[in-house]
Amino acid sequence: MAMLDIRDLTVRFDTPDGTVTAVNGVNLSLDRGETLGIVGESGSGKSQLAFAVMGLLAKNGRATGSVAFDGREILNAPPADINRVRATKIAMVFQDPMTSLNPYMRVSDQMAEVLIHHKGMSKSQALAECVRMLDAVKIPDAAGRVRLFPHEFSGGMRQRVMIAMSLLCRPELLIADEPTTALDVTVQAQIMTLLGDLRRDFGMATILITHDLGVVAGFCERVVVLYGGQIMEQSPTDPLFATPAHPYTRGLLGAIPRVDQEGEELSAIPGSPPNMTRAPKGCPFAPRCAHAGEDCLDHLDPLTEFAPGRWRACNRSVEELA
Amino acid sequence: MFSFVVKRLAVAVPTLLLLIVISFLLMHAAPGGPFTQERALPPQVLANLEAKYGLDQPLWRQLVTYVWGIVAHFDFGPSFIYKDRTVNEIIAQGFPVTLTYGSVSFVVAVIVGITLGVAAAIRHNSWLDYLAVGISIGAQVLPNFVMAPLLLLTFTWWLGWLPGGGWEDGQWQYMVMPVIALSTSYMASIARLTRASMLEVLTSNHIRTARAKGLPERQVILRHALKPALLPVMSYLGPAFVAMITGSVVVDFFFSTGGIGRAFVDSALNRDYAVMLGITILVGALTILFNLVVDVLYGWIDPKIRY
Repeated sequence: MAMLDIRDLTVRFDTPDGTVTAVNGVNLSLDRGETLGIVGESGSGKSQLAFAVMGLLAKNGRATGSVAFDGREILNAPPADINRVRATKIAMVFQDPMTSLNPYMRVSDQMAEVLIHHKGMSKSQALAECVRMLDAVKIPDAAGRVRLFPHEFSGGMRQRVMIAMSLLCRPELLIADEPTTALDVTVQAQIMTLLGDLRRDFGMATILITHDLGVVAGFCERVVVLYGGQIMEQSPTDPLFATPAHPYTRGLLGAIPRVDQEGEELSAIPGSPPNMTRAPKGCPFAPRCAHAGEDCLDHLDPLTEFAPGRWRACNRSVEELA
Repeated sequence: MFSFVVKRLAVAVPTLLLLIVISFLLMHAAPGGPFTQERALPPQVLANLEAKYGLDQPLWRQLVTYVWGIVAHFDFGPSFIYKDRTVNEIIAQGFPVTLTYGSVSFVVAVIVGITLGVAAAIRHNSWLDYLAVGISIGAQVLPNFVMAPLLLLTFTWWLGWLPGGGWEDGQWQYMVMPVIALSTSYMASIARLTRASMLEVLTSNHIRTARAKGLPERQVILRHALKPALLPVMSYLGPAFVAMITGSVVVDFFFSTGGIGRAFVDSALNRDYAVMLGITILVGALTILFNLVVDVLYGWIDPKIRY
């Protein structure tokens, strides 16, 4: 049985402009220890998918469908139940380490409270464990700096603190929501290396949410490409990069600037993501797709397995795209 | 921190001096004087009176004498209207009263206002929220000069539960209505500020982190959201506290509490220059002091602020 099993997950937001569908009928499962990348442009619904799993949707958001963790339904579970899963089973690292830590609390206090609450540790036990964890994320002089406030750390160090905090209870699944987007490039690489090491040491499953395919390539065993809240392609990482089977994936890969491309114009996917107040009837990518025909606008073939472990949702055959 | 406080106190001196000079000049610029009456005094009497109080001196000399009196002897001069009473005596008599019911009102307004605001925010768009917003709007639009007589009618005239006025060294029966009348509109402002600020804080990223840590909602609110939510409220509380402990003419008038709120308005109406200036300086000094207190508290709550 899969550890995490997402069935027909749909997330809608009530806004003054109407109902926005952020995630539209996503099916996804994850095994123990697996690393999955969720890739998509801004607004593709990748973060909201994670928030729905964690029960962290904004107040105007509603999630339907099913999310089972170890066979237990956690979607829309009562607060007490979901709070037993958060941090201990599923932990999350957020995009912006500058604002995701509480600026008014010492790092020691905001870390220790996790252990005090979930593990019933005493304050001094918890503090010792926090220092150990800060050591594990390679914060120099952890014992001396644990009592500092978040603003006394640099951005990269803050993200390390955030990661250490999320791992305190040894979760079985870590969801990292664009953990390096807000950081500069050298720090990005350090954080991704750290996450890879920790994942191996702790043996936990990881969902990495990113718009950066380069990050996915080095980190994930499997990739889900999300567009307009729907899965466009799902595949083991290597074949996805070698032979992308969806026009959107091809577009994403083509948009990565290359050093040997000197002088040529960067290729971008024309157009912009759809306005999700009116969920498209057919393929959400059709208006921007070079291969789309009339049929794509009002119908999209369901996600089908076209090669072992590789799934795609496209009306055109793989041969047609080549 | 220490040097910050010293610096601020040093700046307070010229600020207060400026306050004195401007108030002094404004007061004298207004037509009439303490001895202007409907039936004019005989010129000889008026001249004698003015000479006694130094009003025949040039304005700058009056000002210098006045400031010197304060600096050298902490003497704010004699009242121009109440013979044989000095400003120091008038303030010493009225201020403790005002300070007492003002402080109690402040505590009541803060506790009720913050509780109401937090409750409304965490139950956003529920009946509790609407009730809290309704109460605070109601409390804000009901002026205390309407509320004070309503309170008197209800509790003294109809129910007979509370004495209609007086102070009696601040026994609780005498304090209830002044405190309600004074605290209500402040309570409403505090509730509205707290609610708005708490609503904003609850959408911030670090609150989402706190929730992702699996903490119970009560802990998320009390440990993570309350402190930042109270920062904007605090900057309101400094001036509000000063306004409350320096009294309310409405309270003093309706409940005959004998505080300096009444004395201040009477002094303005009577052109009792010395009393008016004395209370102005008191209010000014307290305002400066409590703005400083708020700034110090800010530094204590927000670790990013270091002086």
